Formats: sequence, C-alpha cells, structure tokens
Amino acid sequence: MEWLVASAVGVMTGSGIYLVLRQRSFPVILGLTMLSYAVNVFLAASGRLAVGLPPVLSDTAAGYTDPLPQALVLTAIVISFGMTAVLVTMALGAFIGSGHDRVEDDPGAPE
Amino acid sequence: MNPLLIAPVILPAMLAPLIVLALRGSLPQQRAVSMLGTLALWLIAVRLVLAADLGGVEVYLLGNWPAPFGIVLVLDRLSALMLLVTATLALLTGLYAIASGWDARGRHFHALFQFQLMGLNGAFLTGDVFNLFVFFEVLLIASYGLMVHSGGAPRLRAGVQYMVINLVGSTLFLFALGTLYAVTGTLNMADLAERVSVMPAGDVALLRVGAVLLLAVFAIKAALVPLHFWLPGTYAHAPAPVAALFAVMTKVGAYAILRIFTLIFSPDAAASAGIGGWVLPAALLTLGLGTAASLGATTLPRLAAFATVGSMGTLLIAIGQFTPQTTAAGLYYLVHSTFAAASLFLIADLIAARRGSLALVPGPAIASQGVIGTLFAVAAIGISGMPPLAGFVGKLLILDASRGAALVWLIWAVVLVTSLLSVLAFARAGSVLFWDTSAPAADQTAYPGLPIPIAAAPLALMLLLSVLAAPAMHYMERTAADLHAPAAYIDAVLGPVR
Repeated sequence: MEWLVASAVGVMTGSGIYLVLRQRSFPVILGLTMLSYAVNVFLAASGRLAVGLPPVLSDTAAGYTDPLPQALVLTAIVISFGMTAVLVTMALGAFIGSGHDRVEDDPGAPE
Repeated sequence: MNPLLIAPVILPAMLAPLIVLALRGSLPQQRAVSMLGTLALWLIAVRLVLAADLGGVEVYLLGNWPAPFGIVLVLDRLSALMLLVTATLALLTGLYAIASGWDARGRHFHALFQFQLMGLNGAFLTGDVFNLFVFFEVLLIASYGLMVHSGGAPRLRAGVQYMVINLVGSTLFLFALGTLYAVTGTLNMADLAERVSVMPAGDVALLRVGAVLLLAVFAIKAALVPLHFWLPGTYAHAPAPVAALFAVMTKVGAYAILRIFTLIFSPDAAASAGIGGWVLPAALLTLGLGTAASLGATTLPRLAAFATVGSMGTLLIAIGQFTPQTTAAGLYYLVHSTFAAASLFLIADLIAARRGSLALVPGPAIASQGVIGTLFAVAAIGISGMPPLAGFVGKLLILDASRGAALVWLIWAVVLVTSLLSVLAFARAGSVLFWDTSAPAADQTAYPGLPIPIAAAPLALMLLLSVLAAPAMHYMERTAADLHAPAAYIDAVLGPVR
C-alpha cells in the first residue's frame, strides 16, 4: 500500500508540475488541481497509513489511526476548492477581456 | 488569558461580513465602518505593543484547549510590532483609497480590505504552523480580490499570474507541513521547537526537507531572488492603495522566516544547522537584482516595485544573518521599508492621476508640480536610504551589525553600491517626470486635494522613526533578544511544567 500511495503522490505531482508550466490558463488550472490532489493524499499519509483502524481511542479496537491529518486534509480541500473557483473566475475574466488565455507576461502591455 | 489578543482577528472578521451583507448599498456607510474599525484596530495594536513590552509573552488558548492540543495565539514583542505596522499602514492606505475615490471604482473594496487585515493579523499572532497556513490563505484570497479591484484585462491577467504563483506556494506549504507533522507529530510552533531540539539522528533528513520547503514558501512571499518574479507585475498592476497595502505582504514572508528560523529551526540546533544560511546569499542577489532592474524600469509603478524588491533584499540581509544585533537592525529597517514602499506607490498614483500615464517619458508639467515633485524626492530619499529619513539610520544599523559576519566586505559593498544605484534610478525618474517638461499644460481639472497630505503621511512617519530612532531601536533590541532566546516563548505556550 505504501508503494501505491507514494507512486500516486509522485505521478500526480509530476503531472501537476508539467501542466502548471504550460502557457495557457486551462492546463495551468488543471495542473494546480492535480497538485492539490497530490498534497491531499500526501497529508493523509503523514499520520502513517493504517487500514481498518478507528480514528478514536477505543478499548475494543486493536489500535487507532491519527485523526489530525484527516482534519488537515479537510481544511486543505475546502481551501483549494475555494481558490480554484476564484482562479477559474479570474482566468475567465482575463480571457474575455483580452481575447486569449495565455498566462505569460507581456512587458509591452499598458499598465 | 487576555481577550484583547483575539480582537485583531475577530474585529475585521465581523466587520467584513457586516459591510458586504448589511451595508452593500451605501458606500459612505461602508467607508465609515471600515475606517472606524481600522482605527479601533490601531488602538488595539498600540495597547498590545504596550502589553507585550511590559508583560512578556502572552498566550490565548482558542476554545481553552491546552497547548499543544488546541490552537494558540501568541503575543510577543515581534507580533505586537507587526500588528502595529499593519494597522498604521491600513489606516493610511484606507484613507487614501477613500480620498482618491479608488474604493468607488469597483465593488466590495472595504469588505476585502477588512478580510485582508484579518488574514495579516492572524498570521502575525498565531502560534501554530497549520493555522499560519490558513491565515496565509485568508490574506491571499482577500489580496486576489483587492489586486483586481476595478478590473481591466491587463490587471486580471496579472492577477491570474499572481494567483497561480501563490497557489503553487500554498501547495508547497502543505507538503512542508505534512513532512513536519510526519516527523514530529505536532504542528504547534513551541512544541515543534522542543521536538526538533531532541530529534533522533535518523529522522533529521526528513526534517531538513520540511525546513527547506518552508523556507522556499516564505521566500516566495518575501520575493527573495530567484522566487521574486511575481512581485513586479503584481505591484505594478494593482490599484495604488492596494499596492501600498501589499508593502506589508512581503513583510509577512520576512516575519515568517524570522519566526520559524529562530524558534523552530534555530541556527544553533543541530538538526537544522545551515538551512537559514541560504537566506543571506539570496538576499544579496535580491538587493543587487532589484536595484539593477529599477535602473531599467520604464514605468513609475515598476520602478517602485523593483525598489520594493531591493528593500526586501536589504531587510533579508539583516534577518538572514540570524544574530541578535542584525535582527534588531533588520526590524528597524522593516518598519521603515514598509512605509517607504507604501509612500512610493501612493505618490506614483498622484502623478498618474495628473499625467494620465505612468510611463517614464517627458511630458507637460503636471498640476501641483512643486508639491508632488518634492514628495517624490523625499520618498526617493527614503527608499534609497539617504539622511535624514529612517532608511539611512536603518542601513547604517545593518552595516554596523554586519561587521562580525564572514561576508562583511561583500555585504558592505552590495549595500553601499546599490544605495548609489538606487539614488541614480530615482534621480533619473524624477528628472524625466519633473524637469524634462514642456510648457505647463492648461490643466483645468480640479483634483481632490486630500490625497496629497495622506500620501505624505508615511514620509512624516519615516522622519518620526528617524527622530525617535533610540527608543525604537531599544524596542527592536528587546524584540531581537526575545527571538534569539526562545525559551520564554516556549514556556509561555506549553507551560513551565511539562
């Protein structure tokens, strides 16, 4: 399972970085989404991977899994969802306003 | 527990929804509530500075959960100082936005402004690294809205770039926090500091990865070369009062470097030795590159933005040495450089309103040429670090404090040469704008008079900081002494009996 989770984080981070380096808004937004998926899985794994254990102390269960990373992931999901929504809105506004969705800087543009 | 500690977070957090929900129809009411709230924030900040200077470290346990299980807010001299700088700057930029009519050029300026203050204050007060991430996001999401305030395609495109950079930074921040949590099992700063100091050798490598990632995140915020690319475009495209308020955003990065790398990853701790050492060379490059680029700037906001990059370099040269003397000098320079950068952006806006363009090309003389030209000259003196303003004292203190450093000759050479280059860049811009003018145009527009004294106020503050250099510096020295002896902070958070 460690291998599966680690490779998933790695593949998603790699694709995320590749997409973020593209020059159009849409792939960049997809890349940021991939990166946030990757970091969410990474955060979940930071409390050690365990299967079938409750996230609370209990006399009957064999052990427990750390509940804190799950709370962190929840916070991170909410924040990255909100941020993606804002980014999509702004990218759409920039696309409608300037007629293209390239993200690179153009120094000649008026300020 | 002093309930006043949470007020700088709660107050703007209550005002912003009030403004956006109840007062959305009336701009005068929004202005009144927003500015009264900011004034109250300023009074609270003054009170907190006095409390921190007298009473040492104060802790507020959210929900009364004992640390390290709950989230804590911690007030020490450094966070109180940052709160006061933020509130003062917010008061000035908010008043400027109202006087110049910037807040009427789009919707929800004051609500976003209050959310921005909430995020900034929270980031300075929190004693928990994950909570620091959350407050970073609060201040960033408000800043995205403020940055594209009043719209326009170039501003939106610059806003998208700014957002993408910061979202990548946030992802890095989460990776860093995940790594730290996996190694230490805690996110409370004081608890992290304790556990890092007794880290078993086998876990040190992972811990160092987390520390370097954190440093990269804060370097993005502080616009440290080579992670500075977002700053010039953002600041040059942002509305002027927003760019002036953003002068404190880069300081959040500097604050976080100072806090985390003195408290948790102190240079003395074996597990983190050498990581903070990356800051100094990067800061030297930042100062050199920022100043060189300001020589080539083609518009006034870009000149101000690159001067801001340069001043961050000077600040981080002081902070990056991690000695009590340089930290104190750096904190003094931090206060100065915040107001110097803010005044530049405001004065650039005064000029832009009269010239119609921000390009550094000769043109007709502008209305109130004499007054605005003088203000520009004083602001240029301020940001270049010439006497009699506080920049001179600050740079002198940094040079003096760096005498014990291994790289002392390099530091002195870079700081002094870039000061000269900065004078050149501003002299060039000033002579193009104010001397190389054709016959005065018959400009009959009645400009509002109020923005001019407000834009001059940060300059007066710099003069005040220079006159009161001794008491200010004593406060900074006490702050630096606290930071470099974090035992009191750790005891206050975790309790003396552990």
